[in-house]
Amino acid sequence: MRATTTPISPVARLENTVYRPLTRTSLTWYAWSGFLALVVVWGLYAYSVQLRHGLIETGMRDVVIWGFYITNFIFFIGISHAGTLISAILRVSQAEWRRPVTRMAEVITVVALMTGAIMPIIDMGRPERIPNLILYGRIGSPLIWDIVAITTYLTGSLIYLYLPLIPDIALARDRLKGTTSRLRWKLYSILSAGWRDLPEQRRRLERALGIMMILIIPIAVSVHTVVSWIFGMTLRAGWNSTIFGPYFVVGAIFSGTAAIITVMYIFRRVYHLDEYITEKHFRYLGYLMLALGLIYTYFTFSEYLTTGYKLVEVDKLLLEAVLRGTYAPFFWSFAIGGVIIPIFIIALPWTRTIPLIVLASVLVNIGMWLKRYVIVVSSLALPLMPYDWGVYYPTWVEISITVGAFAGFALAFMLFAKVFPIISVWEVKEGWEREGAEGPAPALVPGRVPARPAIREVAGMPVPSVEAGAPGGK
Amino acid sequence: MQVPRRKFLAGLAGLAGSGVAALGLAGVGLAQTATTPDKRDTRSSDEGTRQWAMVIDLRKCEGCVTQDKPPQCTEACNAEHFVPAGQEWIRVFKVEGPGGSYFMPRPCMQCENAPCLNVCPVGATYRNPEGINLVDHERCIGCRMCMSACPYGARSFNWGQPENPPGATFAQYSPEYPVPHRRGTVEKCMLCAHQVKDGKLPACADGCPMNAIYLGDLVTDRATNGKEVVKLSRFLAENNAFRLKEELGTRPRVWYIRGHGQEYGRQSEDERQLQQARPWQEQKKEVSSASNNHTH
Repeated sequence: MRATTTPISPVARLENTVYRPLTRTSLTWYAWSGFLALVVVWGLYAYSVQLRHGLIETGMRDVVIWGFYITNFIFFIGISHAGTLISAILRVSQAEWRRPVTRMAEVITVVALMTGAIMPIIDMGRPERIPNLILYGRIGSPLIWDIVAITTYLTGSLIYLYLPLIPDIALARDRLKGTTSRLRWKLYSILSAGWRDLPEQRRRLERALGIMMILIIPIAVSVHTVVSWIFGMTLRAGWNSTIFGPYFVVGAIFSGTAAIITVMYIFRRVYHLDEYITEKHFRYLGYLMLALGLIYTYFTFSEYLTTGYKLVEVDKLLLEAVLRGTYAPFFWSFAIGGVIIPIFIIALPWTRTIPLIVLASVLVNIGMWLKRYVIVVSSLALPLMPYDWGVYYPTWVEISITVGAFAGFALAFMLFAKVFPIISVWEVKEGWEREGAEGPAPALVPGRVPARPAIREVAGMPVPSVEAGAPGGK
Repeated sequence: MQVPRRKFLAGLAGLAGSGVAALGLAGVGLAQTATTPDKRDTRSSDEGTRQWAMVIDLRKCEGCVTQDKPPQCTEACNAEHFVPAGQEWIRVFKVEGPGGSYFMPRPCMQCENAPCLNVCPVGATYRNPEGINLVDHERCIGCRMCMSACPYGARSFNWGQPENPPGATFAQYSPEYPVPHRRGTVEKCMLCAHQVKDGKLPACADGCPMNAIYLGDLVTDRATNGKEVVKLSRFLAENNAFRLKEELGTRPRVWYIRGHGQEYGRQSEDERQLQQARPWQEQKKEVSSASNNHTH
């Protein structure tokens, strides 16, 4: 364990660890961000080509009218559910171990939502007519439901990201005064909104968070439900399904959990957060991913069995194409590589190690992208009239824009982590304080609003000792 | 929003009017829409309103294979609307069945419960008072929700910049006669809305050498293929007419009468294949080269 020999308090050590990257930037950081920026620029160039010549530059044509962009759209909106899971559901259920990973999860949500929301715009034939969606928007269209749900979710998530950032920004304002650029200090000063860690301020923050964590859960559920209804509201085989809403929501939280495990691992390595993000976090999130994987398997099985048993002609064609035809390589890569193998990795005690859990999470995300690709493309390629199958091969433009989007996602993450603390320091400290005051296992007192701390006058309390506090201190 | 747009269009109408002569040279009656003051006919449905329908008698449709020609309905449609290359607004399918094969032309079904209309986020595709589903290409954002929703695959998309005839420069665009064609928007058959209101058959019905396509009106209960006039309801009932994918509840306005072109002597086991319909550019080239040969 790092730094255990230095005689500084765990709080100071936590603050040092978390705030150091804000002021010190390694050469590797510049190399990576430069590389990612280049990839993003390449993606932008590909989009400029598409804007110049139209969607003819893509592999989409009549019949298979959607491809990579819509797949990316579902994928990114899917992983945006990470934030809700960790910071809202786990906060509601008072899972104390969530504290060091809430911030990362919320950033995933915001960045993934922004990346995902761009995708349908890139897919539009006339992007310059976006104002028509407001001027002539029809509330009867699933696309409008998506716009309403996603903008609501993005707004809610930004608030939910910002609120718990305030005390940490205030700390940055106080710590980095004089050592950082004036502009940056000004930014911290404005964003910290006059936070002085007063009991009244704490009380208000906790209240706002208490409201937001409840609000954000139904909003998140609504988002992936209406994303699925873009497909579920049509008469196409494979899409014409009543379980698509919950099916997509479970898939979203499944891939969101996988995303948070991956991101957690990267920050743990790069920012040396081993003390705060421990094996326990990987294990607990792994368990969650396992449970969600099993539910997703159940939904998939239920969906395919109920259509496969009856074998309506179009369903039969679709199932043949998916299970042993054109789309079989994608489907089975998803089913075996993206679900079964990850489930076993986490279920078996001897494979349940951090590197293998991370491997499982990466596999889940690749698998879920492939599953969305199969959902989108196979149902479109299915012949509606006798009997011409559609074909789809993505072009370099679509691949470049997709890779650019992933690079942009990573880059936005890096930039965020350069300006703001990636661990919610005050929440971790609050956890230690609560442990110190209430004992290591805080009981859920009936009738009390969950997650509101029992003690409010904590600001000036003495720092808990190493033995009582620091979870990683062992 | 409507008022400035109308004023703007009124201004354009003069320009379009002066272009009429030029349009005549383009070969097809582009000018017919110039009399429409508003692009969107918003008349409320009244007694005089017709409710258009179509009947396709498959006993008469032999896919034009016995004539050794590409489907003439598709070619007439291509020429009438300058249908962008790669699209077929009325497409003829060869359907293989247990007793042999038959041909099935598929225009837009003009569904009463149209899935495409339901999903459009901006109301760019709408139903006119005479029951024709149209697309406003000046409003369409190109999201292609309607294409994913259509159970008949009747819609096409301008993936690139579609080629327009030179005369289209002067055309006054209208959803009832969508010329010039625009990039990034969805196109489809609109039952020749510009023709039928003047008492003319849709281009496909007019172009069908077998008179297999009937234009019908549900209000007056009549239908005609240009050769005979029939009582629509009795014609449908007596011939056991059916609609495509009726079980979906889309209530199409296009009826089919079962058959395999037998009225023109086509056997159901006839092996002859459909020919590819030519786009309007090629048809025009052939006409001009034929007339050039004539003069020399």
